[in-house]
Amino acid sequence: MADVTHGVAGPVPMPDHDDVELYHPKSWITRYVFSQDAKVIAIQYSMTALAIGLVALVLSWLMRMQLAFPGFLTFIDANFYYQLITMHGMIMVIYLLTALFLGGFGNYLIPLMLGARDMVFPYVNMLSFWIYFLAVLVLVGGFFVAGGPTGAGWTLYPPQAILANTPGQQSGIIIMLVSLMLFIIGFTMGGLNYVVTVLQGRCKGMTLMRMPLTIWGIFTATVMALLAFPALFVGAVMMLLDRLIGTSFFMPSIVAMGERLAYKGGSPILFQHLFWFFGHPEVYIVALPAFGIVSDLISTHARKNIFGYRMMVWALVGIGALSFVVWAHHMYVSGMHPAFGFFFATTTLIIAIPTAIKVYNWVLTLWRGDIHLTLPMLFALAFIVTFVNGGLTGLFLGNVVVDVPLSDTMFVVAHFHMVMGVAPILVIFGAIYHWYPKITGRMLDDTLGKLHFWITFLGAYAIFFPMHYIGLMGVPRRYHEMGEMAFVPPSTVDLNIFITVVALIVGAAQLVFLFNLIWSLRRGRPAGGNPWRATTLEWQTPQTPPAHGNWGKELPVVYRWAYDYSVPGAAQDFLPQNQPPDPRLA
Amino acid sequence: MAIAIALALIVVGSVVFHFVSPWWWTPIASNWGYIDDTLIITFWITGVVFAAVVLFMAYCVLRFRHREGNRAAYEPENKRLEWWLAIGTGIGVAAMLAPGLVVWHRFVTVPTDAATVEIVGQQWQWSYRLPGADGRLGATDVAHVTPENPLGLAPNDPHGQDDVIIQGDQLHLPLGKPVKMLLRSLDVLHNFYVPEFRAKMDMIPGVVTYYWLTPTRTGTFDALCAELCSIGHAFMRGGVVVEPESGYQAWLQQQKTFAQLQAPSRAQARNDVRD
Repeated sequence: MADVTHGVAGPVPMPDHDDVELYHPKSWITRYVFSQDAKVIAIQYSMTALAIGLVALVLSWLMRMQLAFPGFLTFIDANFYYQLITMHGMIMVIYLLTALFLGGFGNYLIPLMLGARDMVFPYVNMLSFWIYFLAVLVLVGGFFVAGGPTGAGWTLYPPQAILANTPGQQSGIIIMLVSLMLFIIGFTMGGLNYVVTVLQGRCKGMTLMRMPLTIWGIFTATVMALLAFPALFVGAVMMLLDRLIGTSFFMPSIVAMGERLAYKGGSPILFQHLFWFFGHPEVYIVALPAFGIVSDLISTHARKNIFGYRMMVWALVGIGALSFVVWAHHMYVSGMHPAFGFFFATTTLIIAIPTAIKVYNWVLTLWRGDIHLTLPMLFALAFIVTFVNGGLTGLFLGNVVVDVPLSDTMFVVAHFHMVMGVAPILVIFGAIYHWYPKITGRMLDDTLGKLHFWITFLGAYAIFFPMHYIGLMGVPRRYHEMGEMAFVPPSTVDLNIFITVVALIVGAAQLVFLFNLIWSLRRGRPAGGNPWRATTLEWQTPQTPPAHGNWGKELPVVYRWAYDYSVPGAAQDFLPQNQPPDPRLA
Repeated sequence: MAIAIALALIVVGSVVFHFVSPWWWTPIASNWGYIDDTLIITFWITGVVFAAVVLFMAYCVLRFRHREGNRAAYEPENKRLEWWLAIGTGIGVAAMLAPGLVVWHRFVTVPTDAATVEIVGQQWQWSYRLPGADGRLGATDVAHVTPENPLGLAPNDPHGQDDVIIQGDQLHLPLGKPVKMLLRSLDVLHNFYVPEFRAKMDMIPGVVTYYWLTPTRTGTFDALCAELCSIGHAFMRGGVVVEPESGYQAWLQQQKTFAQLQAPSRAQARNDVRD
C-alpha cells in the first residue's frame, strides 16, 4: 500500500528540458475564439454540447407528447416522430455525452489534474473543437433541408436508412453521415491529444497509479473511442457510397414497393456489426468518464479515500477491454448465426463483474466516511441508484434468451436511458456543481441546485422505472402510437400520460439549472481556490480560475496519491497531492 | 437525511410497483415458458442486489453523514472483502447465465418434427407460405417478384407449385405442434413478433432467418413488426390464430396454392408470347 499512499516522489524523472514554451494569445480572437488553451476549448466544447443537448431535450418533449396524447400536436406525424427519435438519440449519445465528457471535462481536467500547463498539441486541440462545432452545425442543418433530417432511427440500419419511405431519405441521411464523419475527425484530433498528454504531460511525481480516477476514466474512454470510432467511420463512408453512387455494401437485391432496385449482393447485417463494434464501446466511452468522475466526487465529499483504488483502475481498464468483445449482444435477434449468442452472452455477463466491483467500491467508500451531503454528493448517490438499476436490467438484455422477448420493446428504451442517459447525466450535473467554482471562481446557488437535484433525480426514476414494464408487456419501441394492442391493458395509456407529465416537469427543471449557471456567474458566492478541501491538483492552482499556463512559474510536484483524505495523524482531513510528506508521518 | 429516506422509498416503491401494478407480461401461449422462468430468476437476483445496494447506501448516508467532529476512517483497500464480493458476483452471474444458455440452446435447436411456415415481410404487410402436399417449400428469389408472384417463387421449381400462399389474412397454426418459422423480407428489416409467443427474430432481405415454437393455447394473437421499417412500422400488423387440428385443416383447405394463383396469369403469359 505504501506504493500508492505515502512516500516521496516515485521514479518519474524530471523532463530534460525546462518547460515547453506555451503558445500565448495575441488578441481577443485568439484568446477566446480560436483559442489554444485547453480550458477555453473545454468551455467551448461544453457550451456547444449543452446547447445542442437542449435541442435534444425539446425533441424528447415532443416525442413524449405524441406518445401520451397521440394526435394532440397535429404537426407530429409518423414521419416527424421518426425524425424526433433519430435526432434525439444521435444528439444525446454523440454530440452531447461523448463531446461533453471527453471534449469538455477531458480538456479542462487532464492538464489541471496532471499538473501540466496545457495539452501537448494545443493547435490540434483547437482544430478538434472547431471541427466538432462544424459537425454540430451540419447536424442542425438537417432540420432545414428539403425532407428534413433522417428518421432512420439513431442506429441508421440499412436498407431502410437510405430507401424511400424513410424520412430524410433525400438529403437528411447524407447530412447525418457527413456530420458523423466530421465528428469522428474532430474527435480523433482531440483524442490523440488526451492520450498523449496523459502519457507524456504529467508533472513530476504523478505516476500512472497516482492519477485521480477521473483521469483514468477519461483516458481509458479516449483510447476506446480512438479504436471504436473508425468502425463507425467506415460504416458511414460505405453507406454514403450506397446512397450516393449506388454501391451495394449493405444493400442486397430488394423489391421495394413493387419496384426492383439496382442493388445486389450487399449485407445489411454487416452494417450492424460495424455500427455496434463502435456502438457498444460507445456506451462505455460515456460511462467510464462518469465512473471516474463519480469516484472522485464520492471520495472528496465523503472525506474518505476511494476504496480499492487499484481494483478500480483495473476494473476500468478491464471494462474497456471487454467492451470490445460484447458488441453483438445488440444483435441477438438480428438473424446473425445463433452460435454467436453463446459467446456474446457469456462475455456480456462477465463484464458485469468488474462493473459490480466498481459499485461495491463506491458504496464501501461511503461506509465509515464523513459524508457531506453537498450537491455533488447527492448527484453521485443518485447516479449509483440509476446506474445500478440500469446495469441490472442490462443483465436481462445481455442474457441472450431473456433478450428475445424484450429486444426491440420499450424495456430496451427504459434500460439504456437509465444506464447511459440518466446515470451519466447525473454525473455531469454533479461534476458541474463540483468544478464550477474552479472554472468561474464562484459557487452555484445551493437552493436552486437542490430544487434541480430533487426534481431531476426522482423525476428521471419515475419516468424510466415504469417504462420497463411497458416493454415487458410487449409494446415495441419506435411506435409513434400504440394503436390496437389486445395484449396491453387500457391503463397503459394512463401510464404513458404519467411518464409524459413527469418528463415535462423534469425537462423544465433543467431550465432552473441553466438559470443557475448564468446567475451564479456574477452573483454566486465567491468560492476561493479549494472550496471542497480536495486533494487533487486542479484545486491547488495559484489562481482561481486558473490562469493561462495553469501553474505560475513552477510546475507542481506530486508526492502522494489523489485520495489522502482523513489520514490518521494529519492535522487536516485532506492532504493535497503536492504536499510534501510530513517527516512525522514517514 | 431526506436523501436516505428517498433512497429507501425508491426501493420500497419499486418493489411495490413490481408486484402490485397492473402492468405485467401477457399470458404466454407457447412452449417458451423457459424464457419466462429465466426472466423471473433474473428479476429475483437483480431485485435483491438492487435493494441491498440502495438500502446499504441509505444506511451509510444516515449513519455516516457529516456531524461536527466526525472523521472518516482511513482504509485504502481490503483485499479479502474485494475478492469475496467479486466471487459472490461471479456466482450470481453464473446463476443467470447458465439457465440462459441452456434455454438459448433449446431456442436455436429446431425439433426434427417441426412443421415449416414461411413468413414474408414487406413494407408494410405480412404474407405467409406453407409447403403444401410435398412438404417442401419451393425456391425463391426477389428477381421473380411480380404483381402476380408477390413472394418471388421460382416459377419452374416443382416444389413451389403446391406451396400454399396466404396474403391479406391471418396465419393459422395448429395447437401443440412445433413449427419452424422461416423469415424472409423483400425490402428492409422487419421482425415478426407475437408477444404471447415470447419469440422474435429479424427478417433480413437476402437472408432466411428462423425461430421455432409450439403454440400451447388457442386464440387469436396480435402480430407486430418489431424492427423499424420506415414510416408504416407501427401499422404493420398481422394476426396469428392458434386452433385445434380440425379447425386448422378446415382453414387450410380453403387456401390457394401457388399453381392455382398462377393459373390465370400463366394463360395470359402464353398469350403474350404468341402475340
